[in-house]
Amino acid sequence: MSQTFKFKDEQDLAGFVQERVDPVFITGGQTRGVDLKHDRVDMTGLSGVVDYEPGALTMVAKAGTTLQHIEEVLKAEGQQLAFEPTILNTALGTSGASTIGGVLATNASGPRRIQAGAARDFLLGVRYVDGHGNVIKNGGRVMKNVTGYDIVKLMAGSWGTLGLLSEVSFKVLPMPTAQATLVISGINADVAVDVMSASLNTAFDVTGVAYDIAAQCAYVRLEGFEQSVKYRTKSLIDTLTVDREIAVLENDDSAAAWSSIRMLSAISNQRGDLWKISVRPTDGPQIVQKLGLISGIMDWSGGLIWAKMDAGKTARDILGDIEGHAINLSAKTGLKFSNTNPALAHLQGALREKFDPKGIFNPGLMG
Amino acid sequence: MEMPAPDQFTLSRKAEIVARLRAALPADVVIDDPAETRAYECDALSAYRCPPLAVVLPYSTEEVATALKICNEMNVPVVPRGAGTSLAGGALPTADSVIIGVARMNEVLECDYKNRVIRVQTGRTNLSVTGAVEADDFFYAPDPSSQLACAIAGNIAMNSGGAHCLKYGVTSNNLMGVKLVTMQGDILDIGGSHLDADGLDLLGVICGSEGQLGIVTEATLRILHKPEGALPVLMGFDRNEVAGACVSDIIRAGVLPVAIEFMDRPCIRATEAFAGAGYPDCEALLIVEVEGSDLEIEEQLDKILDIAKTHNPVELRRASDAAEAGRIWLGRKSAFGAMGQINDYMCLDGTIPVSQLPYVLRRISELSAEFGLDVGNVFHAGDGNMHPLILYNANKEGDLEKCEAFGAEILKLCVEVGGCLTGEHGVGIEKRDLMSVQFSALDLEAQMQIKDVFDPKWLLNAAKVFPLDATQSRRDGCPR
Repeated sequence: MSQTFKFKDEQDLAGFVQERVDPVFITGGQTRGVDLKHDRVDMTGLSGVVDYEPGALTMVAKAGTTLQHIEEVLKAEGQQLAFEPTILNTALGTSGASTIGGVLATNASGPRRIQAGAARDFLLGVRYVDGHGNVIKNGGRVMKNVTGYDIVKLMAGSWGTLGLLSEVSFKVLPMPTAQATLVISGINADVAVDVMSASLNTAFDVTGVAYDIAAQCAYVRLEGFEQSVKYRTKSLIDTLTVDREIAVLENDDSAAAWSSIRMLSAISNQRGDLWKISVRPTDGPQIVQKLGLISGIMDWSGGLIWAKMDAGKTARDILGDIEGHAINLSAKTGLKFSNTNPALAHLQGALREKFDPKGIFNPGLMG
Repeated sequence: MEMPAPDQFTLSRKAEIVARLRAALPADVVIDDPAETRAYECDALSAYRCPPLAVVLPYSTEEVATALKICNEMNVPVVPRGAGTSLAGGALPTADSVIIGVARMNEVLECDYKNRVIRVQTGRTNLSVTGAVEADDFFYAPDPSSQLACAIAGNIAMNSGGAHCLKYGVTSNNLMGVKLVTMQGDILDIGGSHLDADGLDLLGVICGSEGQLGIVTEATLRILHKPEGALPVLMGFDRNEVAGACVSDIIRAGVLPVAIEFMDRPCIRATEAFAGAGYPDCEALLIVEVEGSDLEIEEQLDKILDIAKTHNPVELRRASDAAEAGRIWLGRKSAFGAMGQINDYMCLDGTIPVSQLPYVLRRISELSAEFGLDVGNVFHAGDGNMHPLILYNANKEGDLEKCEAFGAEILKLCVEVGGCLTGEHGVGIEKRDLMSVQFSALDLEAQMQIKDVFDPKWLLNAAKVFPLDATQSRRDGCPR
């Protein structure tokens, strides 16, 4: 019978790790469906916004604070997490509420990542408990900081394998007051990637470019002040040379379309494993073709493919010489990364051993 | 600034080391004539100089690997070098070290507009990356002020920033992949034209590691389409507090300017005497630049000016064309030169939370009186990155030491208010011994254990970044 440990205080958490000899499974909001068969450390006890300076675009929060709470506090000041965290509950069939620590530890970036950057780009500082049970800090709460090694980036996307994040500081951005989305229907993946690339390669500051494979429909988003969005919508339509009608969704309708893309609504009810494949955008269409996908979302201008595949099948083999990587997010007990290069795998393993010499943090993950 | 004593055994093996490098590399790649190696005795922190044992200037990644492998086998310290523009002493050699410089590797390898990336050799200068794509209306965003001379290799090592980071981020946010040669001579491809890491984000920790984890010979960089235009507005205020509050209000109003630059009175006066940009004689001056089409610029500048007016500015000047924009930027761009006309100066680089600006400026002026040295402040106000310029006389006995002590006090102040020692220049040797002000011994140990993984013998640029006493056992542990 596995036990669950929950701490309200960083020092207590550190004391626990100092004593601990057996592996632990670190959980936040449990929205990812991962289920390692170890005792659990529930991080939601460490919760609350520690510091928020809207005029400096920075926030500090305890890692177990829910994403919803963070987004509400930001919204009250007209600000947001610009990397638009992914929401995978429906696609993975999980309940639970994401925590900011979980979002950053999994580097979970949504559609705006193509323009604004990833979760890791917004993470400014961390406090964490390492495998010795020491509390370590790195980075800070200022936007420009090159003092020492950037362990902050290493922690983002490490899935808890290097340490238990206790506090995070991050950059936030103004929430746009207006938005519009161009919808181009009846195009295949090749044409879609052309349209998305052409849209990004303008002066119009496109903040989202995604393609729904089954609907054969590309979405191009513009955000900002009202007059500016109007001007850029018209300019972009004039610029694009596509042999199809271009429909425009404004404000709430635009937001609804992107909310559905962010939650992967197009495939969330399908059976099978959820795969996430990252390649260069122009390689996207051949991945779709090789996997024989008839549904799925191509986000990030075609460079990020979300698809459901029958359990037991892998998207990894078809990558071959194509640059990139693929991960099965439904693999409950052993989220594996590609690590095809043995020298890189060795470095990653050696780093993990330094941060977690007892090998107790989420063994099985990131193998 | 102390450097470790050179290893006598390594010095005594110079002929053997050079011979092995020569045997494995083309003739003109290895330089050991003291008349020629002298050119590599310092970087832009020129108060500190030391000629290296030898200099290796390879033409290819494979040659870099060959040189590193030999140095690793012979336990010879290596100092990587880009263009030698570091203000922190990042490329300062020791007498027992071999410099490996990437200056001869400056080709564009691939320019891929459809995926918005460019792949270059890292000896290429920052500005010439933009140069390779600007005819097609693209640019590479990070713009350190040394961009005409500095190399991408050094930008990656120091995670360089620039004036436009508020909107576009620093090097780390625009770097997608590297070819890294490890101290053992292994060539690793990390990242690429796709987004995000497979496994741990090694790219993230390599960027900003100051040449201590490997030598980066190729980089995949994100390029962006240029905005339609950009225009600045200049505002003068009679109090620093008010200028600070104005910056905060602009950001809170949802406007994201591409740059917000701040100058204080000593800097304004020096600049005015030097460049005659027509700046008002006031306590604090802001230059705020926004981007977009004419209509978008108008929309943003209207908002900004409305906010500024609520703070009773002593001057508001809105550029309506490129010529006026040029005049507004003239003073700011001449600021360092203007200060240099008055005396020698040391440029600091601490970052502070923007809300602490008035307090920090007041403390700096108090410290200035205490130390008897003048200081002017130029500041990337949007992101809190300060550049206090301390004036001193290099020819006056003890002035440099006094200036360094003053600088250290300012940097401690930055840490005290919740900021950091360096925002974009790097630690190098300059801030190495102040690291324990910002970090505990355990925090530093966590960083040093990363170097243990990449460079177990601590041969790569080892006397930098961390306090010498903290790294001594590791550096001494290397068998000679």
